[in-house]
Amino acid sequence: MKDINLLHIVISLLGIMGMVSLNAVLVVWLERKTAGRMQFRHGPMEVGFHGILQTLADGIKLVSKQLVAPSHADTALFIMAPVVSLVPIFVAMMPIPFSATILAHETDTGLLLVIALGLLNTLGILLAGWGSDNKYGLLGGTRAVGQILAYKIPLLLTVLTIVILAGSFSLREIAMSQNGLWNAFMQPVAFLIYIVCIVLETNRSPFDMAEAESELVAGFHTEYSGMAFSMFFLAEYSYMFVAAALATVMFLGGWHGPILPAPIWFILKVYFLLFLMIWFRWTFPRVRIDQMLMMGWKVLLPISLINFLITAVVLAL
Amino acid sequence: MITSYVHEIVRGTGSLLAGMKVTIKAMLSRTQTVQWPRQYLTLPQRFRGHIQLVPVESTGYPKCFACGNCARTCPSKCITVKGKKPEGAKKKSPTTFLLDFTKCSLCGLCVESCPVSALGFSKDYAMAGPSRQDFAEMDLLSSLASPFSTQASKEKDHG
Ligand code: SF4
Ligand code: SF4
Repeated sequence: MKDINLLHIVISLLGIMGMVSLNAVLVVWLERKTAGRMQFRHGPMEVGFHGILQTLADGIKLVSKQLVAPSHADTALFIMAPVVSLVPIFVAMMPIPFSATILAHETDTGLLLVIALGLLNTLGILLAGWGSDNKYGLLGGTRAVGQILAYKIPLLLTVLTIVILAGSFSLREIAMSQNGLWNAFMQPVAFLIYIVCIVLETNRSPFDMAEAESELVAGFHTEYSGMAFSMFFLAEYSYMFVAAALATVMFLGGWHGPILPAPIWFILKVYFLLFLMIWFRWTFPRVRIDQMLMMGWKVLLPISLINFLITAVVLAL
Repeated sequence: MITSYVHEIVRGTGSLLAGMKVTIKAMLSRTQTVQWPRQYLTLPQRFRGHIQLVPVESTGYPKCFACGNCARTCPSKCITVKGKKPEGAKKKSPTTFLLDFTKCSLCGLCVESCPVSALGFSKDYAMAGPSRQDFAEMDLLSSLASPFSTQASKEKDHG
């Protein structure tokens, strides 16, 4: 392992913070624009060119609002939850390779690190639901836990399939191993399962069980306002970025691509996947909690297991 | 058993793709909303807004001769007309023409009952006000030229 010095950490953290904020501004704008156009509306048009700065204006509004905690809330948990949800992002962004050389910090187990940190998001949601002393919040929080049980195992199995193909847990090496053929073509089934899993992981419609507006008001963030709410918001969009970046590395050949420079290819692929997730959200209705669990245990799990076994056998032969 | 399981997955995926095709098509087609207040909708010929007085083309004065037919016909009694003869004219002209738009049901009976077609529907759909009273006495004469204004100012000068 390369030695870590303070300057390196500070610079990468600053870069990541910039990246996270820029990404949130862009993706929220893209989301609202797409939603509008899919419903024959314009979407935001007023702030900046075609509303590109709308998210910034909304952010300023949220920061200026008061954070109100319910009187019976567990204040420590209530305040902690959004932090627990957001902070792991900054670490999870570290091992993501934007090109062969541009990455904040390389570890041999980058893939495991990112996936493990992704779990903390669910912890944040559970804490928020538990801490806010609200039945909708609590239901949202427990749903998030039920959801994580249903998708984490198939997710890990597909990840393992890719790991035995590439022979490494390092994100950089996985991306490098796909110089010729992308894993999306080698492992189409794993790719599809992974796409479903990242929608589940980022808590987005059609699997936004934890916030399900039509059933739970706003689920785990019912009681949140102001800055704390915007931290959950930021966390959601940042996890989307991390999940899409992971998918790009594992299935879409990372930064490999003709003509354009490597980081541009990487960003393009990530934003294609983000657009795909937005597209899902504005097309599919939310599934019921039992349907989601059924899909996780009865469809994703067996198929990913079979896919993993077949891959392992073929590689061993 | 296993075939129906596979069949279900394939059919479900197919229907998801069909849904995505619908939304992407919608996304690439034209938007239906306009950027109000910078853009206005072009309304159909027969759009019924609130009623308004039709002017005589040459003078810009209202066609109305204050016969009161419309006020009598109105089922909600929301029109108030008063008129008198301007100097040297054969017909009366309205001095007051008030519409209580809070009661009007846009039925159009007044428009039909007018013997000289002096009433029509406006195309103004963007009406809003902080209080209901803003629409209780809409002065329909205000947007037209008046045969009295010159006379009234003359009288003022003399007085
Ligand atoms: S449209 Fe009907 S309700 Fe309205 S003023 Fe005319 S007659 Fe009265
Ligand atoms: S019926 Fe026609 S002419 Fe008579 S008062 Fe009404 S608008 Fe004027």
